[in-house]
Amino acid sequence: MAGAVINQIVQGVLLGGLYAMFAVGLSLSVGVMRFVNIAHGDLIVLISFLVLTLTTKLGMPLLVAAVIVLPVTFAGGYLLQRLLLQRVLGESVLSIVLVTFGLSVIVQNGLQGTYGADTRLVPGGAIVTATIHLGGGINIGVLPLAIFICAVVLVFVLDLALYRTRLGARIRAVSDDVASANLVGLRSAHIYAVAMGIVGVTIGISAAFMAVWTNFDPTSGPSRLLVAFEAVVLGGLGSLWGTLAGGIIVAVAQSIGAQFDAGWQLLAGHLVFLAVFLIRPQGLFPK
Amino acid sequence: MATASDHVPLLSVERLSVFYDQFRAVDVVDLSVAAGEVVSIIGANGAGKSSLLKAIVGQADRIEGKIRFEGRDLTGCATPEIAAMGIALVPEGRRLFPSLSVEENLHLGWEVGRRQEIGLAEVFEFFPVLKERRRQKARELSGGQQQMVAFGRALLANPKLLLCDEISLGLAPLVVDSLYKFIPTIKTRGIGVLIVEQDISRSLAVADRFYCVLEGRVTLAGRPSETSRDEVMKHYFGV
Amino acid sequence: MTSLPSKLPLVSAARGVLGLLAAMLFAAPWIFGPAELQILTELLCLLVLAMMWNLLAGYADIVTIGQHGFVGIGCYSFYGFVVLAGVGPYLAILLAGLTTLVFAVPAMVIIFRLRAAYLAVGTWVLAEVMMLGAGKIEAFGAGLGISLPVSVVREFGGNIVERFTTIYWISLALALVAMGATYALMRSAVGIGLTAMRDNEEAAGTIGVNLFRARVICFLWTAPFLGLAGALITLQKLRIAPAASFSITDWTVYIIFIVVIGGVGSFEGPIIGTLVFFAIREYLQDWGVWHFIILGGVSIATVLIEPRGIWGLLRRVIPADLIPVAHTPPR
Repeated sequence: MAGAVINQIVQGVLLGGLYAMFAVGLSLSVGVMRFVNIAHGDLIVLISFLVLTLTTKLGMPLLVAAVIVLPVTFAGGYLLQRLLLQRVLGESVLSIVLVTFGLSVIVQNGLQGTYGADTRLVPGGAIVTATIHLGGGINIGVLPLAIFICAVVLVFVLDLALYRTRLGARIRAVSDDVASANLVGLRSAHIYAVAMGIVGVTIGISAAFMAVWTNFDPTSGPSRLLVAFEAVVLGGLGSLWGTLAGGIIVAVAQSIGAQFDAGWQLLAGHLVFLAVFLIRPQGLFPK
Repeated sequence: MATASDHVPLLSVERLSVFYDQFRAVDVVDLSVAAGEVVSIIGANGAGKSSLLKAIVGQADRIEGKIRFEGRDLTGCATPEIAAMGIALVPEGRRLFPSLSVEENLHLGWEVGRRQEIGLAEVFEFFPVLKERRRQKARELSGGQQQMVAFGRALLANPKLLLCDEISLGLAPLVVDSLYKFIPTIKTRGIGVLIVEQDISRSLAVADRFYCVLEGRVTLAGRPSETSRDEVMKHYFGV
Repeated sequence: MTSLPSKLPLVSAARGVLGLLAAMLFAAPWIFGPAELQILTELLCLLVLAMMWNLLAGYADIVTIGQHGFVGIGCYSFYGFVVLAGVGPYLAILLAGLTTLVFAVPAMVIIFRLRAAYLAVGTWVLAEVMMLGAGKIEAFGAGLGISLPVSVVREFGGNIVERFTTIYWISLALALVAMGATYALMRSAVGIGLTAMRDNEEAAGTIGVNLFRARVICFLWTAPFLGLAGALITLQKLRIAPAASFSITDWTVYIIFIVVIGGVGSFEGPIIGTLVFFAIREYLQDWGVWHFIILGGVSIATVLIEPRGIWGLLRRVIPADLIPVAHTPPR
């Protein structure tokens, strides 16, 4: 019995890695550009469908597809910011919510129109089912473990990039004060777009993993957004490691909830979020 | 060093008016600054001095008239472009990047600037206290220290024209003294300096020429050596 | 008080159109048959939802994307009162509104700890929780939902025409009360304070405008109306179910599009938006998923080009507000 519970928690922690990967991109855009991209989850789903098309329609091996997707997502994020989001950045809340909300609806329905409403999964080969048996009833899937490790590495790399590189300093400067950044000669629009390009790459990485591990369909976007949002808020706005912790908390809550009833899975995640949020609204590691 | 009348002025402001919606903050102003020259703009609070500087770096809402830098018309240029041309502003209220360290703040000025001559080491020589606090976040510094960082950041960009907006505001006199000690040093490198100040004596003490601004208009222009204190006071207050 | 420049012909003409529409609504049961009345009832419910979202997002700077949560609470509590508690149907409708207000209080406590866009997503999270929670309750049919017993429906009239007519009158009453109450709110100290805040937040604070109080009042103001609309919607759909009663598409997505395209931050906007939506709804069905893409695209274009929507476009020609509240939308 104890083994089963511990196993569930372990599964939850591993799932938390995937959730953290979803959330890391949102955390960057929230911390740097100070807006919540409501279409975030849908963009993840969009890229998952792209990976699906590359692997099934064009017959590419999964790894090749994943590598191709990365520069595409960087460019996509850069252009999205430069051409659309830049125009509403710094304006009223309403403008940003409306534009990203509209984008969310467009992407969801565009996907539905193009791919239909069926749930999909990208075949990942042996790695998907490979499991490490630790004994005591605890099993660790190789894929979830790989995802978790990737998530930790991603957070580490991004944290480093943001706080220890010159580009990171520029991004943080623009995020602190756009007018002053302009005065110093930083091209703010370009820097924001680069930051969004980086967000795009994180979306690409998490989408590729998600496509192989879980089922997805055109309407999966909102649930990813909500999970990412909860991870970011629980972790503390602006903290990447906090986002990792937040993702794990939500995932563990969902895993334990799923034990009672499939219907409790989502609800447990939300309720734990609300509970932790009420106790500590600023998050676990606020900046 | 070049005198104002001999060459194309570094900065030439012609019949400039600056508007915020309907409000005319600057009213048809002409002024110029030559390379290696220190020019002071003095005037009371709200006289339009800051708006003037903002217009030069492209941060004003709406302007009429012309601003030329080294002969080139700045109309329609974006602020980062203007900064890249060689104009650096030490803004009112310091406006550092609060979450970045002192060193990061300074280094940004250097990176995006013309990267010659003045380097980080030199700035630390001028302002030793900054070297001690180089890794601290800018928001943790005192007002005077922040002003030093703002100054240093502008200098590191190696500008041809340095604009200073009320750098003495809110600072202790000793601190302000040490800042003003720089102006002559900057001048000897051929950099033009345009200082906006409420403190008349300090700014006139370093200036080659000055303009007195009242309610957006230039009421008096001349050289400190050739103008009496009384006359300046008269035009400052508009009596 | 600004005097109404009613002499200007365009304004008068536009007001005349509005008046005609109002007259038509009052005469509807005699002009139209039950099918049309049903459509009009739907229209009026959507109008109420649109007005409420507009009040929060356009006037109080509280952008929500979770109002479908409150609509669902209205639906479910109506069912609860009329079927489980055996309360009379008219009273049940009122109690549904009240229950939604009760739920709005803890919702507000949670939501107001978030700012701006985070608040918006927070309302979505709450709506999800409400939907998932409702889907767990056996008495309400759990995940599949449950139908409204015919006996309840019969209480509104012996035959179809009577029932549709009664429900229509209730929805018309709701729409009028919602509009009148919101108008009164915007003309009151709360409304004036919000407008002052919009123009200059600092100054508004110094003259004692209690912004927080104004926002609380607006948020709680909308809740009962959303719940009442939910009750009426249930009377029309004759069924409650988690996905349908808490439908984000029907009660949030469409509503946001309606208000944005019609014109956020004005009284005329939601009215225009609802009318336009109904006019094109038939055609929308034919386009399948594309109608969402088009609506989304038009909304984004509206935000970027003319944030005041269709009403904003009309306002360039018509010199005064038809329903003067003296307010400018957020920049």
